[in-house]
Amino acid sequence: MSDATITESSEAAEIPAGSDDGHDHIGLPHHTTTGLSNTKLAMWLFLGSECLLFGGLISTYMLYRNRQSDQIGPDQLWDIPFTSATSFVLLMSSLTMVMAVSAAKRKDEPRTKMWLTVTALLGGLFLAGQVYEFTTFYREGLGYTTSLFSSSFYTLTGFHGVHVAVGIIMLLSLVAMLAKGKLVGEKSETVEMIGLYWHFVDIVWILIFTLVYLIPA
Amino acid sequence: MAIIERPADTLALSGAGGPAVVTASTSYGNFRRPVETTGWKSWAFTVDHKKIGIMYGVVAMVFFFIGGFEALLIRAQLAQPDGTILSADKYNQMFTMHATTMVFLFVMPMAAAFANYMIPLQIGARDVAFPRLNALSLWLFIFGGLFINSSWILGGAADGGWFMYAPNSSSAFSPTNGVDFWTLGLLITGVASQVGAINLIVTALNMRAPGMSLMRMPIFTWMALVVQFLLLFAIPIITVALFLLMFQRNFGANFFSVEAGADPLLWQHMFWLFGHPEVYILVLPSFGIISEVLPTFSRKPLFGYPFVVFSGAAIGFVGFGVWAHHMFASGLGPISVAVFSVATMAIAVPTGVKIINWTLTMWGGKLWFTTSMLFAIGLIVQFTIGGLSGVTHAVAPSDTQQTDTYYIVAHFHYVIFGGAVLGLFAGLYYWWPKIFGKMLSERIGKWNFWLMIIGMNLTFGPMHILGLQGQPRRMYRWTSQRAGEGFFDLGFWNLVASVGSFVLGVGALLFLVNVWVSRKHPPAPEDPWDARSLEWITTSPPKEHNFDRIPTVHTLDEFFHRKYEDVGEGDQHDYKQVATGQEVVELEAKYADAHIHLPSPSYWPLVLAVAFPIIAYGVIYSTLLVIAGLAVAVLALFGWALEPPTADESDFDPPAPDGDEPSKELAVSV
Amino acid sequence: MNSDDTMTDTGVAAPTVADGHDAHADDHRHKEPSDRQYIWIAIILAVLTALEILSTEIGPQGSLLVPMLLVLMFIKFWIVASFFMHLRFDNRLFSFLFYLGLGFAVVLYSAMLATFHFWTG
Repeated sequence: MSDATITESSEAAEIPAGSDDGHDHIGLPHHTTTGLSNTKLAMWLFLGSECLLFGGLISTYMLYRNRQSDQIGPDQLWDIPFTSATSFVLLMSSLTMVMAVSAAKRKDEPRTKMWLTVTALLGGLFLAGQVYEFTTFYREGLGYTTSLFSSSFYTLTGFHGVHVAVGIIMLLSLVAMLAKGKLVGEKSETVEMIGLYWHFVDIVWILIFTLVYLIPA
Repeated sequence: MAIIERPADTLALSGAGGPAVVTASTSYGNFRRPVETTGWKSWAFTVDHKKIGIMYGVVAMVFFFIGGFEALLIRAQLAQPDGTILSADKYNQMFTMHATTMVFLFVMPMAAAFANYMIPLQIGARDVAFPRLNALSLWLFIFGGLFINSSWILGGAADGGWFMYAPNSSSAFSPTNGVDFWTLGLLITGVASQVGAINLIVTALNMRAPGMSLMRMPIFTWMALVVQFLLLFAIPIITVALFLLMFQRNFGANFFSVEAGADPLLWQHMFWLFGHPEVYILVLPSFGIISEVLPTFSRKPLFGYPFVVFSGAAIGFVGFGVWAHHMFASGLGPISVAVFSVATMAIAVPTGVKIINWTLTMWGGKLWFTTSMLFAIGLIVQFTIGGLSGVTHAVAPSDTQQTDTYYIVAHFHYVIFGGAVLGLFAGLYYWWPKIFGKMLSERIGKWNFWLMIIGMNLTFGPMHILGLQGQPRRMYRWTSQRAGEGFFDLGFWNLVASVGSFVLGVGALLFLVNVWVSRKHPPAPEDPWDARSLEWITTSPPKEHNFDRIPTVHTLDEFFHRKYEDVGEGDQHDYKQVATGQEVVELEAKYADAHIHLPSPSYWPLVLAVAFPIIAYGVIYSTLLVIAGLAVAVLALFGWALEPPTADESDFDPPAPDGDEPSKELAVSV
Repeated sequence: MNSDDTMTDTGVAAPTVADGHDAHADDHRHKEPSDRQYIWIAIILAVLTALEILSTEIGPQGSLLVPMLLVLMFIKFWIVASFFMHLRFDNRLFSFLFYLGLGFAVVLYSAMLATFHFWTG
C-alpha cells in the first residue's frame, strides 16, 4: 500500500513538473519561482548594496568636508555653472538610455544602437568634464593628499567616475556585440540591465551634486 | 586525454524543443570549452555548485588548521611566564592572522560551502542561479586567502589585530606590507562574499521547486538566506573602510590620522558597522544547521518553525543596529552608549527564542545521540554560556571593566567556537554521507566531539577568570611576579588554557583522522539518519543534475512526509512509516526527466579571479602589475560575456554510437 | 505556536507556488511610459535641476535652503528610480530590495554621523 500512495502523489506532481519538459531556458521569466528574471533580481540586489558603498563614501566626505588645511576648500574651488552643465549632461544621458531600452523592447535594433552610442558619448562628455575639473583643482593646489577634504572629495567623485567609465565600456561593448550579433541571451533584457546600472550611476550623481556641490559648507 | 562526448540526443532536442538558445559558432578561437567530467579540469573549471561547495569546504578546512596552528603558537607562548617562542612582533602577527584566518577564511567559507552545496538541493534546484558567478566567488575566496597569507613570506603579516584600529594600522606603526596584504586580501574575499550573496539570494528566491513556498523552505536555507542579506549590506561598508585604509597607506591620504585632523573613530564605526552583522554572518549558518540536525535526531519536527525563521530574520535586522557596543570604551558619549546598550540587550531576545525552540524540539523526542547531534547539543550549551557573558558586555559600565581583557576573548570564543564552529562540525557529520556517500566513523566522531568540547572549555573557560583578574588581551608575555596567588593565580589558569588548547587541537585533528579512515567505508545508505528535508530526495552523493526529476513540494519536511503517513485522528498525530528513504529516492529515479540541461564549465571565472591578486600585488609593488591584472580582467570579462552558457558542438569529440544518456545542455546562464 | 500544524497538510493538494510576491499578480502595475513621456520626464528633471541651482543663488538663504535642496534632490532621485528605472511599473520586490539597501544606508550612516555630532554641529 505504501507504494500506492507515494506513486499517486508523485503522479499528481507530474503535471507541473512535466509541463516544463526539461527545457529550462533561463532569462525567460515565467520559469522562475517568483516569475521575475534572475538577472534583474541580481541587478537590483547589487544596486541595493551599492547604496551602502556610496553611502559610506558620502558620509566620509560629509564628515571631512570642512577639514581643509589651507584656504583651498569648496568656497574657493567650486565652479557651480560648470558642474551644473556636466551634471545636466549626465542627467540627459539617462533620458537617452531609457530611449535605448524602449527601442530594444520594440526590437528596433538600429535605434537601440544609436541611443546606446549617444548615451556613451554623453557619459564620455561627463567624464571629460570631471577630468577637466580635477586638473583645474589640482592646478589651484588641491592635491589628493592636501587635506582630509581633498582626499574624501577625490575618493568619492573618483569612485563615481570609475562607475561611469565602467558604464561607458559596457555601453560600447554592448553596441559592438549587437552590431556583430554576438550577444548571448535576451537582447532587450541586457540593454535594460545596463540601463539600470547607468541610471543608478546617474542617481548617485544627483546625490553628490546636491550634497557635495550645492549645500554650502 | 579522455574522449569527451556530447550526448547523442542533444541535436534532435534543440531542433524540436522550442527555441535553440545558442547558435553554434566558435566562441573563442582555438580554446575549446573545458567540458571534461573527470580529472583536475573537471574541478578547476567546474560550475557545478556541489563541486564548488566541496572545494570551498576543503580550502576552508586547510585554513582552519592554519589558523589553529597560529592559535597553538599563541597559547604555547603564554603557557609559561616570560614566553620566548614568539617575539612581540611575531606575536602581534600571530593573533591578527589567527583571527583573520578563522573569521574570513574558515567560518565564512565553510558556511559558504554548506550554503553552496545545500541551498540548491534543499530547494529542489539543479544548480544556483548563476553558476559561473559561483565559481568566481570560490576562486576569489581562495586567491584572496592565499594572497593574505603570502604576506608571511613577503616581509611579515598584518599585526594590528583583526579589527585593525587606527592609528595602529597606519604606516608609522605598522611599516611592513602586512596591513596592505590584509586590506587588499579582504577586499578580494569581500568581492567573493558579495557576488556569492547576490547569487544565493536569487537562487533561494527564484529557483525553488514547484510548491516550495518560502515557509516550506528548509530552515538551513532560511538562515543561509538571512546571512546572504547580511553580507549583501555589510560587505560594502567594510569595502569602503578598506579602500580608505588602502588609500591612506598606499596613496598618502589621511582618513584616520589624528595628526591630520581626522577622526580615527571613523574606522571603528565603519569596521563595526560591518563587524557586528559579521558576528551573525558567522553564527546564523550554524543555527540553521543545528535546526536541521536537532529535529532529525529528536524524531520530531522543529518546534515553532515560523518562530525560528522570524527570529533569525530579526537577529539579522537588529544585528545592524548594535555595532557601537564594541566601542563603549571609546568615548561615544552617554546617549550613544545608552542607546546601543539597550539595543544590544534587545538582541538577546530573538536569540533566546531560538534556544527555547531548540530545547523544545528535543523535549519529549526520541533522542538519537549521533556525533552530529552531540555537536548540535554542544552548540546550545556553549553558545548559551557565550550569550550570557555577552549580556554582561551589553551593560556598559560592566563592559568598561571588561574591555580589552581576556574576558572578552573568552566571550567571543564561546560564541564563535561554541556557536559557529560546533554547528559547522554538526553539519559536517550530518551531511558527510550526503556529500560523499560514506559514513564517518561514529566512534572516532565521539572522541572528536568530546576532546573538542573538553578542550574548548579548558581553553576558554579560564579566560573568564584571567580577564576578570585584569589580564589584557594581546599582551605577548606575562611575568610571574604579577601573576597572583591561589585560585587567582594567572600562571595556573594560563597553563590550563594552553593545555586545553592542545586538547582542542588533538580533537580537531581527529576529524581528519576520521575522514581518512572513512574513505574505505562501504557506501552509506541513501537515508542514514531518517532525515526530513528535500536534499535527501536524491542519491548520495547526488548526481550531477541533483534530481532525476524536480520534486514537487507539498509541505515542510517534504522527505519525512513521503516516508511517513499521519494515521492519527483529529489533533493527534501518529506517524506510520509507509516507505523507506531508499524507496522514495528510487521512485524519483523511475520518473526521471528525459532531458536535463546543465550549464557547461568555463575557464573565465578562474581567469577573472586570477586578475584580482595580480592587481593587488601591483598596488603594493608595481603599477605595471596593476595594468597587467586589469588586462587579464578585461580579457576575462569579454570572454565571459561572449561565452554561451552551453558548450558548442565543436567542443566535444564525436558522439558515441549508443547515446541514450540524458543530454547535458544548459539550465541557467551567466 | 505548535509547529505540528504544518504537518497536517500531508495531503496531495495541487502544489501552489504560494509566495509573498507572486509576479503575475502585479506584473505590470501600470503601463510603462512612452518615449514622448520620457522626454517630458527629462524636462521635469531639467527644470528641477535649474530650480536647485537657482535656489543656491537667489532662493531662500539660511536654514530653509538646505531642506529645500534636499527635497529637490529626493524628488529627482525618486523620479529617475521610479520612471527611468521602472520601479513604479515593475514588481514591488525590486523596489523593496533597492529601498531596503537605501534605507539601511541612510539610517546607519546618519546614526554614525550622529555619534560625531554631525547634525548638532
